[in-house]
Amino acid sequence: MNEENQEYNKSFDKEMWKKVIKYILIHKKVLLLLISSLVILSGLESITPLLTRYAIDTYIESGSTANMGWFIIVYFIVILIKASSIFALIYLAEKLFLEVSHSIRKDAFEKLQKLSFTYYDNNTVGSLIARVTSDTWRLTGIISWGLVDLFWGIFTILTVTILMFILNVKITLAVLGVIPLLLLISIYFQKKILKSTRESRKYNSAITASFNEGIQGATTTKTLVREKKNLEEFDVKTEKFKSAAIKIAVLSALFFPIVSALGILGTSLALWTGGVMVFGGIVTIGTLSAFISYTQLFFFPINDLARIFANFQMAQAAGERVFTLLDANIDIYDHDEVLKQYGLIKASDTVPKLHGQIEFKNVSFKYTKGEQVLKNFNLKVEKGQSIAIVGETGSGKTTIVNLACRFYQPTVGEILIDGINYQDIPLMHVQGNLGYMLQTPHLFSGTIKDNITYGNLEATYEEVENAAKLAEAHGFIMNFEKGYDHAISKGGGGLSTGQKQLICIARAIIANPSIFILDEATSSVDTHTEKAIQQAIGNVIKDRTSFIIAHRLSTIRQADRILVLDKGNVIEEGTHNELIALEGHYYKLYTSQFLEEQELEILN
Amino acid sequence: MKRKKLKLLLSFIKGNKKNYIIAIFFMILATITSLINPLIIKLAVDSVIDEQPVSLTGVFLVMFNNVGGREVLLSNLWILGCILILISAINGIFNFLSKKHIAIVSERTAKNMRNKLYDHIQYLSYSYHIKVDTGDLIQRCTSDLDKIRTFISQQLMEIIRAITLITTALAIMMSLNVKLSIVSFVVTPIIVIIAFKFFKYIKAKFKETDEAESKMTTVLQENLNSMRIVRAFAKQDYEMDKFNNASKTFKETDFIVSKLMAWYWGITDFICDIQLGAILILGTFWAANGLLTIGTLLAFMAYSHNMIWPIRNLGRVLADMGKASVSLNRISEIFDETGEDIDLESGLTPEIKGDISFENVSFEYEKDKPVLSDVTFHINKGQTIAILGGTGAGKTTLVNLLVRLFDVKSGAVTIDGINVKDINRKWLRKKIGIVLQEPFLFSRTIKENIAFSNYYATEEQIKSACKVASIYKVIRHFDKGFDTIVGEKGVTLSGGQKQRVAIARTLLNNHSILIFDDSLSAVDVETDAYIRDQLKKNLHDTTTIIISHRISTLKQADKILVIEKGTITQQGTHRELIREQGLYKEVFDIQSSLQSDTTKGGENNE
Repeated sequence: MNEENQEYNKSFDKEMWKKVIKYILIHKKVLLLLISSLVILSGLESITPLLTRYAIDTYIESGSTANMGWFIIVYFIVILIKASSIFALIYLAEKLFLEVSHSIRKDAFEKLQKLSFTYYDNNTVGSLIARVTSDTWRLTGIISWGLVDLFWGIFTILTVTILMFILNVKITLAVLGVIPLLLLISIYFQKKILKSTRESRKYNSAITASFNEGIQGATTTKTLVREKKNLEEFDVKTEKFKSAAIKIAVLSALFFPIVSALGILGTSLALWTGGVMVFGGIVTIGTLSAFISYTQLFFFPINDLARIFANFQMAQAAGERVFTLLDANIDIYDHDEVLKQYGLIKASDTVPKLHGQIEFKNVSFKYTKGEQVLKNFNLKVEKGQSIAIVGETGSGKTTIVNLACRFYQPTVGEILIDGINYQDIPLMHVQGNLGYMLQTPHLFSGTIKDNITYGNLEATYEEVENAAKLAEAHGFIMNFEKGYDHAISKGGGGLSTGQKQLICIARAIIANPSIFILDEATSSVDTHTEKAIQQAIGNVIKDRTSFIIAHRLSTIRQADRILVLDKGNVIEEGTHNELIALEGHYYKLYTSQFLEEQELEILN
Repeated sequence: MKRKKLKLLLSFIKGNKKNYIIAIFFMILATITSLINPLIIKLAVDSVIDEQPVSLTGVFLVMFNNVGGREVLLSNLWILGCILILISAINGIFNFLSKKHIAIVSERTAKNMRNKLYDHIQYLSYSYHIKVDTGDLIQRCTSDLDKIRTFISQQLMEIIRAITLITTALAIMMSLNVKLSIVSFVVTPIIVIIAFKFFKYIKAKFKETDEAESKMTTVLQENLNSMRIVRAFAKQDYEMDKFNNASKTFKETDFIVSKLMAWYWGITDFICDIQLGAILILGTFWAANGLLTIGTLLAFMAYSHNMIWPIRNLGRVLADMGKASVSLNRISEIFDETGEDIDLESGLTPEIKGDISFENVSFEYEKDKPVLSDVTFHINKGQTIAILGGTGAGKTTLVNLLVRLFDVKSGAVTIDGINVKDINRKWLRKKIGIVLQEPFLFSRTIKENIAFSNYYATEEQIKSACKVASIYKVIRHFDKGFDTIVGEKGVTLSGGQKQRVAIARTLLNNHSILIFDDSLSAVDVETDAYIRDQLKKNLHDTTTIIISHRISTLKQADKILVIEKGTITQQGTHRELIREQGLYKEVFDIQSSLQSDTTKGGENNE
């Protein structure tokens, strides 16, 4: 609702439009052709009344239709060019629209691939999708067609004015006398209509939100027996929306007849002043008829101004949202020294293998809007060692992993990989050596094979199969009719959560990372799959540096070292047996965790 | 089916018929008056400026002569100008009245539809709500509804206008010149048919574009949702290619439609110009030969000019009407779902004390897939009972039957000896408090959420409910305290905090029966115990049903029910159940075995 409110209150945003124009100018050729076709079209439309004038003055007045063949040919050519220019106009306007929106989408997507997770923390996926799709669409659509309307209007008004002056100055001045009045009335109504539109939009989104809540909270409403009150509250909103909508409709119902009446006033003035002149033989009947046509052609674009204006305001609001994404700061990038040393690195380049020794040195970290998560944190993980991190929610487990992956960078202190500060190594080298498995197994739509090869696009079928075997996934994959070509749809394609996890493990194995990160799922799986997962995890972490945010005891036990975190500090550290003997935090966690696991196993 | 849909539409419009008729009436008048001005111009050109005989009849001729005939008019051409303005003013007034009334009709109808939909959805059964696709339903309530509104306010009016315009203009033109009229209407049917066919045809293309767009959105969405995977596997370039291709495909698919549009508008414009050209050329030819006056020619050109757009649009509107019909269908589907019968008049409204009995209760959602079979148990007033069972065992169904979110298929659920089926639903739910496992909080302030169903609650009552639910301190901790807005536009609460707010919300209404449907699952063990302790202190006579996995919670109950696959396999107290073989003992044993395993004379859990 806040965004909606801002939408119409902003004044002209020059900076934003400059950026939009830059995008449009990428397609200069299309733009130039578009403007040419608009010039031709409005020119021809302005000429048509002259053809009528010619026909009246030359043929009717003389009563002879000799040479009319020429006239027919000229007329035919004019309308043929006019039709072609309309074709060209739509073709080009759409081309501009689609090309510019494609360019913006492309850039926005590229930007999204580079922005750090700090950005993602502050923006919901829904709003980002809207920026790349609907906002971009609205912006470019309104711009392209708004440009058409604007240029067409300007050219038409210009050519018609010029032609009128050429035909007869006096009548033209009489006709143009209406304009100041027209402008005054237009501005008055535009302001009023815009204000009401603003209001109605606000109510409209409130109503949609109410529907959303009403549906999602239906059961809650039932149990609290609040139906009547809900409807009363809803009715207030729909009533307000209705009133606002009627107000807009009434305003425009008032506005448009007034404008067209003013157009008729112009016509009357032409008829009056022109009629006298015809009688006096100063102008021909043909000229008078041309004036009558021109007054109508002249007022049409002005009539349309309010709509164009409102649209541009909407485009500006959408544009501002799009450009906050395009202009967002990338805060994790390769600094100049790295670029100098390694050159520009693309994600597709082969990445040199890192050993995988990691050291956190006096690391402090703070999310942009939040409290200090880590303070002076130190940790050294030798190559091939596996570390399990346990602790309550908010203890800093995920932060450690996020920092190791360089999804975020330390606020203070440094992280060394193989003895080098990882900010001195290209980002792609760091992340190219990672294997990552999320809490909730995330698969892409596509086949199972596609999902596994995501870890290594060049992998052969054998390699895929091997990875799947190591991940204990080969068996169930082969049970599918299409085996590795089994399609995974949005819903998951008949895969259980456990099976999805196994595929994710295969994906990590095939990438052959030096550093493996596992953010373990909390959800329980059946005993059989659980065993398979443990086996597979064992296979991955073998000889690899690994960080495991563990929830399951069996996983924790597999680690070489266990860190118990509390409020960003390591409060206990050691092997499973050592920590049990300690009877401290780990022991407590272990017992309650063990209980829940066993309980769930029995219940289900 | 069709008649039913029409009936539904009329039921929305109901009460606005008079306005609708007025709107149509004025629109017809406006359309007709808009056709007068070319005649005035014709009169001016032919009989005032030129010297053609006046082709006026009746009252108009009298008027013409009364003003003083040609001589006076010619020296006072402003009179004709004023008539033009007067007529367009009248036309404007008619237009205004029509548009105003149609706005009233369509907006009132839309409001009516919105309210009816909203209310109907509220009363749709629980089983409807658990399977409904929220996004789709919202779409129906917003954009489908809007299509119907557009149909009422624009499309239908557009059709009536086009028909009035064509017939009236045809009549006037025929009276002026038959031959030229025929010429003027030759292409009309062609244009209407082309437009209609074209917009029908292009619908399929639009669908392809929609699909390409949704594919692109899917790529984007997948990418954003798996950003960590993308980064960790360094697949940015691959992703960019993927998106680029999807975006390009979308662009190209859409451009096919654009090109078709360009062809369509180019060609139809050409046809229309040929029409105008034919009038101009033949008219000129006939006028030159004295068969036609210049004024008539100008009038014909004006008429044709005015008609071209409505005619071109007519085909489009006709093709678009299909959309409104589809939308109406989608909305009527919602109304076809029968809701719960809730009205305060029917059913009993007994005072509820809290004696609950399930007698041979069976329930199934789908045939032959029983969720509950032959469940029998009894709870005395004021007792606390706990339910243990796995996912899908039927625990939630059990409590839902009690508040009649479902009705039993066989057997009976009674409260104080009265079958719940005989008790008014609203009454029942008012008397029984239930806290759902995943409670829904509305995006308003915390205070409004808590006082959601008891708007007369005092500050004190709210505070004390919050204290019992152990959420008071959390709320006080927020910058705006009780005025903090929750949800997307405000503070995001954790699962446990939401559950506690929901408990406070329920506590605010003094219920004689309280149900906690696993609604402490996201709260830690200590807080769970604290809340239960507080409840005990505050609610002496309240019958309480608690669904939980936690032994510590279960064992304090007066009675424990163990549900497995829809049947009660065990019931009794903690002491009784740990002496029986069964699920309860198994769950309990894990705890004790763990204690003996790891505790060396440490804490005792009793």
